[in-house]
Amino acid sequence: MKPESQASRPRPAADLYGWDASWSRFVDAPDRRGVTRCWHLLDTGATSTTRLTVLAVHGNPTWSYTWRHLAAAVPDDVRVIAPDQLEMGFSERSGELRRLGDRIADLVALTDVLELSGDVVVVAHDWGGPVSLGWLQHVHASHDALDVVGLVLTNTAVHQPPESSAPTLIRNARRPLWLGQVTVETSAFLRGMFELSNPRTPAEVRRGYLAPYDTPNRRKAIGEFVADIPLEADHPSAAVLDAVADGLADLGDVPTLLVWGAGDRVFSDIYLHDLEARLPHADVHRHPKAGHLVSEDTDVASIVVDWLETLGADGETSPPPSAPVDLSAALRDPAIADRVAVREMGTDGRTVTFGELDDVVQRTAEGLFGTGGVQVGDRVALMIPPGVDLAIALYACWRMGAVPVLIDGGLGPAQMSAAMKVADPDHLIGIRRALAAARTLRWPGRRIAVEPTNRVARRLLGVEHDLPSLQDAPSVTLPVVDPDAEAAVVFTSGATGPSKGVRYSAARIDAQIRTLVEQYDISANDSLVAAFAPFALYGPAMGLPSTVPDMDVSSPGTLTAATLLDAVEAVDASLVFASPAAILSVLETLDELGGRDRTALDHVRLLLSAGAPVPGHVLRAAVDRLVPNAAAHTPYGMTECLPVADIDLVSLESLGPDALHHLGVCVGSPVDGVELLIDPLDKLGVPTGRPTTEPGVLGEVRVRAAHQRLGYDRLWHTTHLASPADGWHATGDVGAVDTDGRLWIGGRTGHVIRTATGPVAPTPIERAVDMLDGIRRSAAVGVGPAGAQVVVVIAETSDVGRRPRQSSLDRIDRIRAAVTEATGHDVAACLEVASLPVDRRHNSKIDRTHLADWATGVLEGGSVRNP
Amino acid sequence: MRVLVTGATSLLGRHTVARLLDAGHDVVVFQRTPCGLDGVVEHLGSVTDANVVDTAMAGVDGVIHLAAKVDPVGDWADFEAINVEGAVTVHAAARAAGVSRFVYVSSPSVAHDGSSISGDGAAPADPERAHGHYSVSKAMAERAVLAASDNTMPVVAVRPHLVIGPGDTQLIGRIVDRARKGRMPLVGSGLALVDTTWVDNAAASLLAALDALPGVGGRAFVVSNGEPRTVHELIARITAAAGVDWSPRAVPARAAIAGGAAAEAVWERSGRGGEPPMTAFGAEQLSTAHWFDQRETRTALGWAPEVSLADGWVRLAASFNEG
Repeated sequence: MKPESQASRPRPAADLYGWDASWSRFVDAPDRRGVTRCWHLLDTGATSTTRLTVLAVHGNPTWSYTWRHLAAAVPDDVRVIAPDQLEMGFSERSGELRRLGDRIADLVALTDVLELSGDVVVVAHDWGGPVSLGWLQHVHASHDALDVVGLVLTNTAVHQPPESSAPTLIRNARRPLWLGQVTVETSAFLRGMFELSNPRTPAEVRRGYLAPYDTPNRRKAIGEFVADIPLEADHPSAAVLDAVADGLADLGDVPTLLVWGAGDRVFSDIYLHDLEARLPHADVHRHPKAGHLVSEDTDVASIVVDWLETLGADGETSPPPSAPVDLSAALRDPAIADRVAVREMGTDGRTVTFGELDDVVQRTAEGLFGTGGVQVGDRVALMIPPGVDLAIALYACWRMGAVPVLIDGGLGPAQMSAAMKVADPDHLIGIRRALAAARTLRWPGRRIAVEPTNRVARRLLGVEHDLPSLQDAPSVTLPVVDPDAEAAVVFTSGATGPSKGVRYSAARIDAQIRTLVEQYDISANDSLVAAFAPFALYGPAMGLPSTVPDMDVSSPGTLTAATLLDAVEAVDASLVFASPAAILSVLETLDELGGRDRTALDHVRLLLSAGAPVPGHVLRAAVDRLVPNAAAHTPYGMTECLPVADIDLVSLESLGPDALHHLGVCVGSPVDGVELLIDPLDKLGVPTGRPTTEPGVLGEVRVRAAHQRLGYDRLWHTTHLASPADGWHATGDVGAVDTDGRLWIGGRTGHVIRTATGPVAPTPIERAVDMLDGIRRSAAVGVGPAGAQVVVVIAETSDVGRRPRQSSLDRIDRIRAAVTEATGHDVAACLEVASLPVDRRHNSKIDRTHLADWATGVLEGGSVRNP
Repeated sequence: MRVLVTGATSLLGRHTVARLLDAGHDVVVFQRTPCGLDGVVEHLGSVTDANVVDTAMAGVDGVIHLAAKVDPVGDWADFEAINVEGAVTVHAAARAAGVSRFVYVSSPSVAHDGSSISGDGAAPADPERAHGHYSVSKAMAERAVLAASDNTMPVVAVRPHLVIGPGDTQLIGRIVDRARKGRMPLVGSGLALVDTTWVDNAAASLLAALDALPGVGGRAFVVSNGEPRTVHELIARITAAAGVDWSPRAVPARAAIAGGAAAEAVWERSGRGGEPPMTAFGAEQLSTAHWFDQRETRTALGWAPEVSLADGWVRLAASFNEG
């Protein structure tokens, strides 16, 4: 093939979608044979302020176009250089076959010509990964003038992990008959790339990717690139790739970020986990849905830009190591060895004493660590309902330094599977039903059965061990647990979107337990009925006899008055923890008690209603009609930090005239050890980032406490965004503090209504509407663009039919008057529905994001279906 | 200031004149038939007649050009003559007479293609997108007069959305009339949000625009009460104010738009005057959202509505009781 002349050289069209013509640059550099070749680069150019150069390397079959978002997003003092690899993009077509080793040498020669120096961050995608890593290892060893200060890898691979069949798509494309046809003669391989995208790639972007590959001649290297993937050990590039993979072990001092689109059918999670194992220090951000062209499917550029900001920053000084923690210490206390620890309700319920629990926890921990093959730091998914077995497995994990992964059953199968894929547990301990689900849904992790399991059942369920045999396995010495290492990953249901895994250390769990003990004066005289999942786990750690009522804990509506009384009697409970939905359900079934002796309920001293805001009248009814001698408290908090604040019923009923009812509902004073800040919202409802303690200012609530989360699992960017400053957690709730230091919560930042006269939180509006006759509950949402939104009220009423409708003029008048009185805002429309969409776990968190979309469609004149 | 108001017989025209007089301006009115307003200098004629317009323009400092053909149906030639040529003629006469401020009263429909509008600002007038003879002709005229805006005679376009108030025959009159006859259907769900402008507020906005010149020259602003309501609620409020029993009878939106278009065609071919029972434009207006971001308008014009819709309904009911 004749080299292209300067004049006829193709270049990106001036009007190429998303492309800045000033980025295009052509540079001559010798290739690894010493022949001068012409490269096309995306180069944002150096300025006097340039402090960092990003070298971005694309894969196959793309070109530097894939880095256009990054080039547009970096700050002025960052330069992006993204070459089109030779034979690719708008770089020269020499006609030569270039293998991995050639491409690495070509890139080294290019950066020499470019005199690349100073601080460099390598960013790579797809097979740009091995090429740039090969380059990095070369310059890391040999260049003094150049310092690689960061590495970002997106959907790439350096190795075929043994458990993967090589990517089927690649393998298919490599079959000799196919290869030329699919990759070169037609643009099928190129177009196939877009089939891997989620969401669908827009047409103008497809045209951008295809621009340099318009003829078979210009596509030749796409086929050669595919052919150069070493799927076999004797492949000419296998040794080079192995060297690249092995070289990662030397990059422990290079800050690394892995950004992954988990919807990629070529580079699946298996490759992410392979890279995580080779680069254990890496920050990881995994997008659950984005596909192979991850930079198109999600905002990789913002993630990378934010990550670059953290490089070299003094940042958070790492806190001093915590004192040793044993979360199962209470089990060892000889003073309570004969006391009931866990009592199961129901017909075949079991009971264990603290002494028995300590013994079986110890044997289980040793069995898991020894025979079971569970390593310190291994993640262990626990798929066990609350009860004796869950207590055994949980405290055994903690005692040996394994990391329980707790996934709320209320999430439903799809979200549970998604959570399993994120957390990627090494082991799964489950009851029979969970093991069957694990097999069917291909959940990761070596399976351990809770019940005794024979050989046939083991094979059927893919089970390696069962707890009874592990408990009888030879004794081993347990390691010392690092109090600051990961000790739990908790997935709870969010109001919207996929559930996030929240990571905790043993020290932070210990702090949480201590906070609860202090806040509620919990002592050895107490005993606990926990109808609320998270707290059901902590009874043994607090040294309290505990039980869970005979109910489905992930579905609070299943608690009845009779089952609650049974449970209270069983442990002579002084503490009852339940969610508002569970309390409502109990109140609705009070008739069940009939003439039963209710003395046990008189012994309850504390009713704790947690998990969602609870209306005062519900708490009042619960106390008056159920537990007359109890103080009723409701803690405020979230999976990331619980509790943050607390209010008791008496205080709730006697809020003073300085109340901030127009900003939210009162959730009480912060509990000891919790610091609070308010990050004020600007006119468009966006937090300004200038937090304050000033009373009466509406803003995002920030908290800091010893018992808050470490971070989110495999969501580096989400953690970063929720960690505005040293040790603080941005809750995503909006609220304000009053002059007495009490916190008022107005809803989620994402649900703030951005009106022309400023932001308004939904809760005060809903509170005002909920007090009107005929309204069961309501949601306030914004319709229209941010800053010009109008308030729309959607009410659940007792008299609406099956179809949604507009409220009567009379009711509209009453709603408008109430809302204007409470908040000063107009209400554009009042709609009524038979039921508002809510999450299953609490049966009370209204899905306002969904409702806002629904109301937008209805109020544009669209069809009116139920939300 | 001496201000010429064209089309002063309309509801908005009468309110505008009254406000100008209250503010101490000298007012000249120009339209085809006597307006019956006191305290004004009146010139009668067509806006397409350059000679008469020139005469009316003598000594004028500011112009509020309201005259337009607003019927939902009719021949394009008439719309073009009155709304396009008329505006150009008035504008040319104003320039020749040394007028220093020109307010062109336009319509939000000049920028929209019939799809729903939820909280948008004022997009540029676009005859290619506008639907119906009225909107297309207004768009052409707005483009022409805004393009001619300069320091000598700055021009601002004000687009009030659905001007309503006591005495309104355009919207309120039709709704009440049809509801009385039991022929006021609810098109589609009736839940599309629509902006309206109480006539006092619309008139005030025109004066505010006159005052805001030359600073806002060359720009267009949508004006509304900033209180969007569903079509269902608007009809219910209007009929309630008029004391007419009305309960919604739903007509699917698509059928209404198609039916409206068919009605227009039959009506025009039959040679009958006036307007058909339902027009495609009307059906579209009543089944898709039309409400606007008012922030820019309020800041730039230094204006805000004085009469809320709640006050407006009380005034409307009073006017029906009196009249």
